[in-house]
Formats: sequence, structure tokens, C-alpha cells
Amino acid sequence: MIRFVPRERTPVWLSLAVSIGAGCAALLLTMIPLALSGAPVFSAFALMAEGAAGSGFALAETLTRATPLIFTGLAAAVAFRAKLWNIGAEGQLYAGALAAVAIGAGAITAPPYLLVPLVLIGAAAAGAMLLLLPVLFKTRFGADEVVVTLLMNFVVLLFVQMMLEGPMKDEMALGWPQSAPLVDEATLPKLFEGLRLHSGLILALACAVGLHVFITRTVWGFRIRAVGENARAARYAGLPVGLSMALVGAISGGLAGLAGASEVAGLKGYLTADLSPGFGYAGIVVATLANLSPLGVVPAAIFVAGVFVGADSMSRAIGVSNYLADLVVSFALLCVLVGGLVTRFRIVYVRRSAA
Amino acid sequence: MWWDAFDILLQANFWAATIRIATPLIFGVLGALICERAGVLNLGIEGIFVAGAMAGWLAVYLGLSLWGGVVVAALVGAAFGLIHGTLTVPLGLSQHVTGIGVTLLATSAAYFGYRVAFPNVATPPRIEPFPTLDVPLLRDLPFIGPIAGQQTAFTVLAFLCVAVVAFVLARTPLGLSLRAVGDNPEAVEAQGLSVVGLRIGAVMAGSALMALGGAFLTLSAFNAFYFGMINGRGWVCIALTVFASWRPGKALLGALLFGALDAYQLRIQTIAGGMVPSQIFLMLPYLFSIAALVLVARRADYPRALMKPYFKGQR
Repeated sequence: MIRFVPRERTPVWLSLAVSIGAGCAALLLTMIPLALSGAPVFSAFALMAEGAAGSGFALAETLTRATPLIFTGLAAAVAFRAKLWNIGAEGQLYAGALAAVAIGAGAITAPPYLLVPLVLIGAAAAGAMLLLLPVLFKTRFGADEVVVTLLMNFVVLLFVQMMLEGPMKDEMALGWPQSAPLVDEATLPKLFEGLRLHSGLILALACAVGLHVFITRTVWGFRIRAVGENARAARYAGLPVGLSMALVGAISGGLAGLAGASEVAGLKGYLTADLSPGFGYAGIVVATLANLSPLGVVPAAIFVAGVFVGADSMSRAIGVSNYLADLVVSFALLCVLVGGLVTRFRIVYVRRSAA
Repeated sequence: MWWDAFDILLQANFWAATIRIATPLIFGVLGALICERAGVLNLGIEGIFVAGAMAGWLAVYLGLSLWGGVVVAALVGAAFGLIHGTLTVPLGLSQHVTGIGVTLLATSAAYFGYRVAFPNVATPPRIEPFPTLDVPLLRDLPFIGPIAGQQTAFTVLAFLCVAVVAFVLARTPLGLSLRAVGDNPEAVEAQGLSVVGLRIGAVMAGSALMALGGAFLTLSAFNAFYFGMINGRGWVCIALTVFASWRPGKALLGALLFGALDAYQLRIQTIAGGMVPSQIFLMLPYLFSIAALVLVARRADYPRALMKPYFKGQR
């Protein structure tokens, strides 16, 4: 009989080995559908790797794609640590983007050092508010936050479409439903001349470090972890469980909102209803790959972004559908989940007679 | 204007649409409730809907009969159920994250498969879907006749499934063990039954039903597969399952109520057209699901071992 015995401590080399092993397993599994589709398996992978990191330009594209994923990955990591199942980062991202446009597209005139922070704070607040509602439903009424946050994604997207076809529509955009562009003072500066990489990445990295310090070094971070480990024990110990949940909700929603602001103010310049190709959902994958560690989110987001950017370029070269990227990422998620068993437990074989 | 809004309720078309919209949800809620009654939350539902819609349709497109397509969809659903069950039951992994993973996997597998089969198509290829039923005596009934006359055999299958699931859960030893495994797995173990086997079996059966919900859309409601055609229907089913307090009869009621709301919303849109943005109406079904969930959550009688992994000989 096989038993799972919890480990007290996971050696770092083991976590690393499991992450790499899970990544390799995911690539192996992806070969099955790739081979079934009749594509050249190895050249497809080679093209993906080249498209993701083969040149300075490719690398910059990957990092650009990773920026929103770091934000949404952090949003999922902090929430899941406290067992707050926020699956609504997609909606919170759009709420943040909407707030960014509402503030930054000419409504307020201010110099950049005031307007940029204002846009970011507004976006974070919008995302946070959107998640506080399901948290309230959960703590007050016991309504499962998974379903509420999931369904709110659809509501928010419809709301964004409504605003883009109505009050926030750019009249200069020739009937295309998009918002007015952000003023120059509200945009995040680019990092290098001629590349799309923008300073949203710096902000994302700062958030990762900040969240790491917050979770491991502060009292509130400790409380959040305690509530996540065992809410009943935390309540018994006199910790403010409801307040901790609200704080987690505000941080998680706020980070997802920043993802939207960073995409609008750093990359696109205006808002359309197809701003995010599922960054919110991919954030869940990123957080899981990172084992819910804020610092781990950064490499995990770069990996996922690399898979998507690489698949796009591979698809252009040999015509294999870029939905392959989604396959790789979902395989990676499941493999990392299974691999997590090895890091969290020692797997012991017990003889039946002995047990 | 107010009379128009009321008049909708008297149209046979409205009630026919209600049943048509409710049918995939009936399958979905039944599937979700079987999984959850056995103690496993299956958030793979959204992706399993997509995979079922795609697989059933592709099988028919490649020459299988319509019922052959239904069987293929069910098998594909059961296969994804096996993945979800294996990861969450014996391995005890997070049911939330695994479910999201299964949804991503099933969705991307379906989309990738579709793109492989049809690399460059402008208009989606079509099949000949299930024909509407023509029952001799029924069609002559006033009001009921035109409503029933717009339904297909696939809808009849949904209603049959409600009866079968209700009977099996309430009246058979299998149903008793299934309910017990979601409430008190220790008792099931003490009876000498396999908790792991029962739970995986339930997740596979439930996932097969979910896939039928997807297949209904491509084989009966429409005649082609579109990207994004599921559009949250699976998640709605998870909310309706709580609303139905895990009972097949109430599941039918909840699905029909939702179908009526959605059908009404579509019709009132044309009456109120122009005055209110269409998105407001499109939000209603989602808002209704959230409201229903929040309202019943307090009294909801969750299966007691829901989301609690069970390991033999461990408390």
C-alpha cells in the first residue's frame, strides 16, 4: 500500500528538479497531439524555442507578454495561499483597464509623475472593489467565491463592451468599438527604443518582491498564511479571519487590476474588448507552476509567456495552430500539480501486513 | 409596450426556446450534481462542454450517425472525467485547480483538434442535425403541440436522464453508496466498498453527461462547432447545482427557470431595442445565477465530504 507522508521541509533542489521534470513531462505529453496532427514534432519545438528566446527581439516580446502574467500570477498566488479561490482575475483585469482609461484618457490633466500613479491606483482600486464583493458574499452569506468570480468575468466583459459602444467610445475610431487613447502623460514609458517592452515590467517585478516581503516578513502576511492553513485554528487563536480575507481580496484584485492598467498604459494605449487573451486564467497556471511563491511567479510567467510567444511564431512558420500553446500550458499545470505531491509528501511504500 | 412584455409569455415560440436553452443545462447540472454528490467538485465542466460539443460534432461530420456522435461525446467526457477523478481522488490534489486545469486542457484540445481538422475554413462546416419530433397525437394539442413540435429526440434524452438519475440516486443500492461516499466515506469503506472506485466512477459518469450538454449544442440546437460557443454555460451549471440543492428534480426546474429567463431576455431585447444597451440583457442570466447562488448559499446543504480527499486508514 502506498502512503503519502507529509514532509516537514522541502529541499530546494527537489522543488527545482520537480519543476523542471514537470516542464519536460508537459513537453513530452504535447508531442502526442502534435504528432497526431502530422506536424514535424522536433522542428516545431525548435521553432517555438527560437521564437520565444532566439533573439533580443524575441526575448523582449516574451518579457512583454510575461508582464501581465506576473501581475495575474501574483493575484492568484496571494489569493490561493489564503484559500480564497479567486478565478475572476480576467474580470478584475478589465475593471482595472477600464479605470485606467477613465482616468488617463483626458479626464484629468496633470504631469506624468502625478497622472501615472493616479492611473495605477485607480486601476488597482477598481480590481480590488470587484473582488471584495464576492469576498463579502463568501463571508456574509457563505456563497462559493469560485462560481461568483467566474460568472462576474462574463458580466464585466459585457460591461466593458457596453462602455466601448456607448459612453467611452472613441468617435475618431471609425466605428470600431474602442476607447479614446490615453494622453501621453498617462502612459508608462518604454524601456528600450524600438521595442514594445515597457516599464510595466519593472512595476511587476517590484510587486513580486513587495509581495514576497509582505507575506514572509510582516504580521499581516503571517495572518494571511495562518488563515489559509487552517481558518478554524486561526479564528480560535483570535486572528481577524474576515478582515484577513478582505485584505487578501483587495491585494489580489488590485494586482489583477494593475495587469489591465499596465496593458493599456504600457502597451496598447487604448482599451478594446479583446485586450486580454485569457491573462486572468493563465495567471492561475502561473501561480500553480510557481508553487504559490511570489518570487517563483516571475520565472513561471516568463515560461508561460515564452510558450505563447514561441507558439505564435512557430504557427506563422509552419502553420501548426497556436492553440498548441494552450495545450502545453494546461499539460504543464497538471504535471506540476502531480509533481507537487513529491515536494509536499514523501511517498512511502508500506507492506500490507505491516499496516 | 407592457402588454408586449407580457404577451411573450403566451407565445409557443418562447416556451419552445426555453426548453431548447434549458436542455444543455439539464445535462450539465445532472453531471455536476452526480460528481458533487460523490464528494468531487468538477470545475472541468466548462472544458468538457467544449470537448463534447466538438467531439460529437466531428464524429457525425466524419460519417457517424447522430446517435453515434452522442456516444462519442459521452466517451470523450468520461475520458476527461477519468483524468479529473484520478488526480483528485486517489492523489487528493486540489479540486479547484485540477478542475481549472481540466477545463484548459479540454478546451485547448478541442480547439487544437478543430484547427488540425480544418486548417483554413472561412465558414464552419455543417452537419444535418437532429430533426424535430413529429408525434402523431401530441402535435394536434393546442399550445403544447407547437412547443413539443420544435424539440428533438436529444431533448427527450435529457428529460429521461433526469428520471434515471433521480431513480438511481434515490432508489438503488448504487445510489445509496454514491450519496454515502460524498457524505461519509468512512461508512462506505466500512461496508467493504471502494471509495476511490465509486468516486472516480461518479466523476466519469457525471463528465459524460456534461459532454452531452455540449454535444446538444452542435448536434441539435445548431449544426456546426463555433469557438466560444459554450460561453460560460458550464459555470452556470455549477451555480444551478447549488440552487437545485443537489436534487435532480430541482435541477430540471432550475435549468428550465434559467432557460425561461434567457429566452425572455432575448425577446424583450427586441421590444426594448435601442432604449437599453443589449449588453444589459445579456448580463441578466449571469447576474441571475450569482443572485440565486447568494440567496440559497446560507441554507445550502452541501454534501458533507465535498472537496475533502479521502485516504484509506487516515483521519
